[in-house]
Amino acid sequence: MKRTRLGRLLATSVLGLAGRLPLAWGASGWDELNMPRGVTSASRSIYALHMMALWVCVGIAVVVFGVMIWSLIFHRKARGAVPDVTLTHSTKVEVVWTAVPVIILASMAIPAARLLLKINNNADPQVNIRVTGFQWGWRYQYVGSDVSIISKLSASSNAASQLHSGISPTSVPHYLLSVDHKVVVPVGEKVRLLITSVDVIHSWWVPDLGVKRDAIPGYINEVSFTIAANRPGIYRGQCTELCGRGHAYMPIVVRAVTPAAYQAWLKQHSLSRGEAAAHTPAATLTST
Amino acid sequence: MAELLQTAAHAEHDHKPHGWRRWVFATNHKDIGTMYLIAAATMFLIGGLAAMAIRAQLFKSGMKLFDPAMFNSLTTMHGLIMIFGAIMPAWVGLANWMIPLQIGAPDMALPRLNNLSFWILPFAFTLMLASFFVPGGAVAGGWTMYPPLMQQFGAAFPMLIFAIHLMGISSILGAINVIVTIMNLRAPGMTLLRMPLFVWTWLITAYLLIAVMPVLAGAVTMQLTDHFFGTSFFNAAGGGDPVLFLHVFWFFGHPEVYILILPAFGIISEIIPTFSRKPLFGYEAMVYATASIAFLSFIVWGHHMFTVGMPVAAQLFFMLSTMLIAVPTGVKVFNWVATMWRGSLSFEPPMLFAVAFLFLFSIGGFSGLMLALVPSDYQYHGTYFVVAHFHYVLVPGAVFAIFGGVYYWLPKWSGRMYDMRLAKWHFWLSVIFVNVLFFPQHFLGLAGMPRRIPDYAPQFTDWNMVSSIGGFIFGASQVLFPYIVIKCIRSGKPIEANSPWDGAHGLEWELPCPAPYHSWQTPPTEAMLAHGTGH
Ligand code: HEM
Ligand SMILES: [Cu+2]
Ligand SMILES: [Cu+2]
Repeated sequence: MKRTRLGRLLATSVLGLAGRLPLAWGASGWDELNMPRGVTSASRSIYALHMMALWVCVGIAVVVFGVMIWSLIFHRKARGAVPDVTLTHSTKVEVVWTAVPVIILASMAIPAARLLLKINNNADPQVNIRVTGFQWGWRYQYVGSDVSIISKLSASSNAASQLHSGISPTSVPHYLLSVDHKVVVPVGEKVRLLITSVDVIHSWWVPDLGVKRDAIPGYINEVSFTIAANRPGIYRGQCTELCGRGHAYMPIVVRAVTPAAYQAWLKQHSLSRGEAAAHTPAATLTST
Repeated sequence: MAELLQTAAHAEHDHKPHGWRRWVFATNHKDIGTMYLIAAATMFLIGGLAAMAIRAQLFKSGMKLFDPAMFNSLTTMHGLIMIFGAIMPAWVGLANWMIPLQIGAPDMALPRLNNLSFWILPFAFTLMLASFFVPGGAVAGGWTMYPPLMQQFGAAFPMLIFAIHLMGISSILGAINVIVTIMNLRAPGMTLLRMPLFVWTWLITAYLLIAVMPVLAGAVTMQLTDHFFGTSFFNAAGGGDPVLFLHVFWFFGHPEVYILILPAFGIISEIIPTFSRKPLFGYEAMVYATASIAFLSFIVWGHHMFTVGMPVAAQLFFMLSTMLIAVPTGVKVFNWVATMWRGSLSFEPPMLFAVAFLFLFSIGGFSGLMLALVPSDYQYHGTYFVVAHFHYVLVPGAVFAIFGGVYYWLPKWSGRMYDMRLAKWHFWLSVIFVNVLFFPQHFLGLAGMPRRIPDYAPQFTDWNMVSSIGGFIFGASQVLFPYIVIKCIRSGKPIEANSPWDGAHGLEWELPCPAPYHSWQTPPTEAMLAHGTGH
């Protein structure tokens, strides 16, 4: 009696969940479940490391949970199992289950350390951009030119995000992930960001680039990426360090273009000096 | 509750004050333990209500119940309440109840200090909760309280800091009491390496508390002087360093997460042998593993700061030291599994919670391991993946262990048995919906949803809905817990034997049910000790 009622409860909740799965998968495939592979060699290597760690964990789980489940099934009192009270200690297995994890951990740590050293290389950048976080938006200054952009949440997202706005978020293109002025970078060239903040700590994150670095007042953090030459496009991210009321409302949108288009863009903007650049008609090219 | 007091009261020698004096002037470890547990349950409820509000706000994209500032206050207070108000006092309550029973002592060593350490808490909690109602609302900078953001809050800021000071003092006093009790009041023959694991893990936890609570106090005091007295410890414009706070905070913070989990390890190590009808496998290894985890917990704090821009060598160091913690943690899990192996298992409510702990805490450990790999952490950090990780170790970890502990020892405290059928309902609802609540948050984090946001892009809606539904049902099921406990105390079936569990060993089971008011007035005999410790 007890068992059937419990069984029914289990079945309904499992079915309920399963019912949602196709919905979720249908919406946008695996993207909704896993880390993006991204468009830089760093982001791809991170993805590979992540999957490797995930499968190692799954493997350990299968073994450990398997032994546990075996016990739960076959060593039950209800099945008449008699406890083996002498089984309290065994130096041999204890050495094994200390040593084997060390080996497994080392096999994860070595590739992780290699990758860490590789992606923390900021030498010889071709483009340098100063990134300054503020409450709530980002300012981008292109080093070696006078181009400077202030990038804030797009007006349409901003309007929809107001309390009781009545605007459906799905009616807004890229709700909360669109800005008024995008930061433009060339593909195939090494871009170095010099990240800081003027007020509180923020964090600049674009998953597809595999880049996340905190923007801290008084510090200039360096981070570099090279977008694959065949992957121009728009890449979106968000601030990932709580920075106050507007933390959810300071997205990052990167527009990656060919080096030639990048040079043209830069030239166009340096003609119209300073911050005003963002308001020239040419700048509207970069909006949404 | 009244009945519990009655049952405890008919013990001999009760020259204890009656009425409110019994509680305000309490010096008895059981009375104080009970008060701690009630306080913890109350704060668990309040923190839980905040969680329900958070999950309601996040039910779908664009939906707004609260202003973002209010939302940030809710997440901040939820975290602080759960850590400092619910889990830590619950552990101290269990320590008060169980340590004297388990080591053969009449009471805690420092009863008046014990009274003080409890009675500080209501003031601390009131101050913390009252900060919701001052102009500007509660502090909204996250439980981590990073400056300079933290400096932007109004009257709530000094209130929270004062509350943290009070809670810190309370914890330190409680920890001193635990250490003095264990060091001095063990029954003759109860050598250190015969102590039950709950006592061992609490002893180590107490040292962690004494080591790191002052560090937290220092960190928040420096923020206070930055704000009111013109210092610049963390103010870059004045030559200070905001990152210094992160280092100091996490030097407290990582040992803190072990303060939250080590007593859980102890309880699981009590429950599994009982319901496997077999002594704990590798007792000494368990003690040494706990001690090494505690030691390592002091040298891994940087893993919370991989994106801060530390030198690569420092990042490497923190990655390796963090991964090293997985070794003793693994040893513990393997020992629990080996304890069940070739045992004779039965699944009463404490065992159900313990088995769920084994599975689900391990999942939290796996995500911890993944987070330790620095390059991957660059992607996970600050997202819902981290939220999933620490909720797996804290909810089906620490909180399930607390439930398991209460279901294990409640018959000893009250002399009555609770409604097992209801307790199993409580278990199944909790274990199913805790996964519905937290598992999808892994997906959300990987797909790019940052944590601590009041609204999100529409593509995250599906899994947030699943998570919120899981949250509401999980939250609602917790109402069963106080109901079961109160029902047990008022009308549970009285227990005749010393122990309702046939497989239980330990000195607490050598005493009658309910345990007498002054636990062990004559030390346990060697025969009791031998039976109790099983080695
Ligand atoms: C195998 C053991 C564990 C490992 C390897 C591990 C690793 C980590 C790492 C690397 C982070 C930082 C994630 C980030 O922010 O990027 C983290 C966060 C966290 N961990 Fe663990 N962890 C372990 C066990 C635990 C336990 C036992 C607890 C508590 C009971 C815990 C509680 C937390 C909390 C609360 C945070 C988030 C803090 C915050 O940012 O607000 N962890 N863990
Ligand atoms: Cu932010
Ligand atoms: Cu940590």
